[in-house]
Amino acid sequence: MRVTVTVNDSPVAADVEDRTLLVHFLRDVAGLTATNVGCDTSSCGACTVLLNGQSVKSCTVLAAQADGSEVVTVEGLAADHGDMHPVQRAFQAEHGLQCGFCTPGMVMASVSLLAENPSPTEGEVRTALEGNLCRCTGYHNIVRAVLAAASERRTS
Amino acid sequence: MITAPFTYKRAASVDEALNLAAENGEEAKYLAGGHSLLPLMKLRLAVPEILIDIGRLGELSYIRDAGDHIAVGALTSHNDVARSGLLASELPLLAHSAGQVGDPQVRHRGTIGGSLAHADPAADLPAVILALGATLVTRGPSGSRDIPAAEFFRDLFETALQPGELLAEIKIPKPLGRGWSFQKFSKRGIDWAIVGVAVQGTSVALINMGSTPLRAAAVEQALGAGFGSREAAAHAAEQTNAPDDLNGSRTYREHLARVLVGRALEESRSRS
Repeated sequence: MRVTVTVNDSPVAADVEDRTLLVHFLRDVAGLTATNVGCDTSSCGACTVLLNGQSVKSCTVLAAQADGSEVVTVEGLAADHGDMHPVQRAFQAEHGLQCGFCTPGMVMASVSLLAENPSPTEGEVRTALEGNLCRCTGYHNIVRAVLAAASERRTS
Repeated sequence: MITAPFTYKRAASVDEALNLAAENGEEAKYLAGGHSLLPLMKLRLAVPEILIDIGRLGELSYIRDAGDHIAVGALTSHNDVARSGLLASELPLLAHSAGQVGDPQVRHRGTIGGSLAHADPAADLPAVILALGATLVTRGPSGSRDIPAAEFFRDLFETALQPGELLAEIKIPKPLGRGWSFQKFSKRGIDWAIVGVAVQGTSVALINMGSTPLRAAAVEQALGAGFGSREAAAHAAEQTNAPDDLNGSRTYREHLARVLVGRALEESRSRS
């Protein structure tokens, strides 16, 4: 079927099999390979993107379900002139990544969290990232990064 | 993993969804958020030839105060249920438990109706709906039906829904200022409950203690006879048929049920 998705503000249209998953549409059709396929069972969160502003696991959404929708991947966070998004800057400053595989999903889940709850407690950050697994077990710095991003937003 | 091939059709209205289902018979399945169905399709445990996407039927996504009850549209997401101010004040058990389903990403996509129609006995909301004494409103080729929650869950992944019938609304009576509690035990936050319990007043329902969500009738009888929380909770595993699997033996689950029901009754009492 014909699927058109606005990805990072640009329309991407293609004829794809009805069973195409959104994550494969993003990686193979749109050519945006930052979004990783991890567990492929909606457990690990590596494939997290924003669909109409909310975090979703793109391995468990059909491209057809996203037809006509807005998707943001981690490639779409930085400003046009290259400045990183506050959450990206905070992950860098707080060493919120080790191998980096979970990072695109962690960043997108964090962006979604801060949109819904701009001033989360540490406990709320940990709960909100329950659906994102870090295989390096680097959770402490990830949580610090999210709290730092929230703090920066409040003061800027 | 990708699913077996299927044909995707998107319904623009409930009537169109019912017509598509009638045209395509038992080879078709409704797709709401897809967070129960798509994982099963990836594992080839479900192989529908046609998916009828009802995910955009805004007419089935609402939370309304209807006087003596609250009406929740079947396509309301777990996130919207969890964040509803109306539910937080009128049905805190439902709002709280919806916020415990899966993780935020799952709650953004998953719907209350999808969870109930899927009828996984390890899922959170079927037991909550049972404890709340809700009525499930369906739409089908021959009109609308009201099905009490106690008659809706028939067996493992089996409900009273007829082929082509669509779950449209959940009607939940307003409880009269009584306590509530929701407890579940799982290894990780995103996992299904190994055992869980939902309490509203003197109604007690168990998660994952049989092939359907179960009312803990012996506990309710003990409460009705005036026994305290601890004495009543001792009956929690009676008339259950808990699974025996990698996450726990039947004996372990029976123990958990007694412990969790005890905690839930105490918490419920503290809120009443």
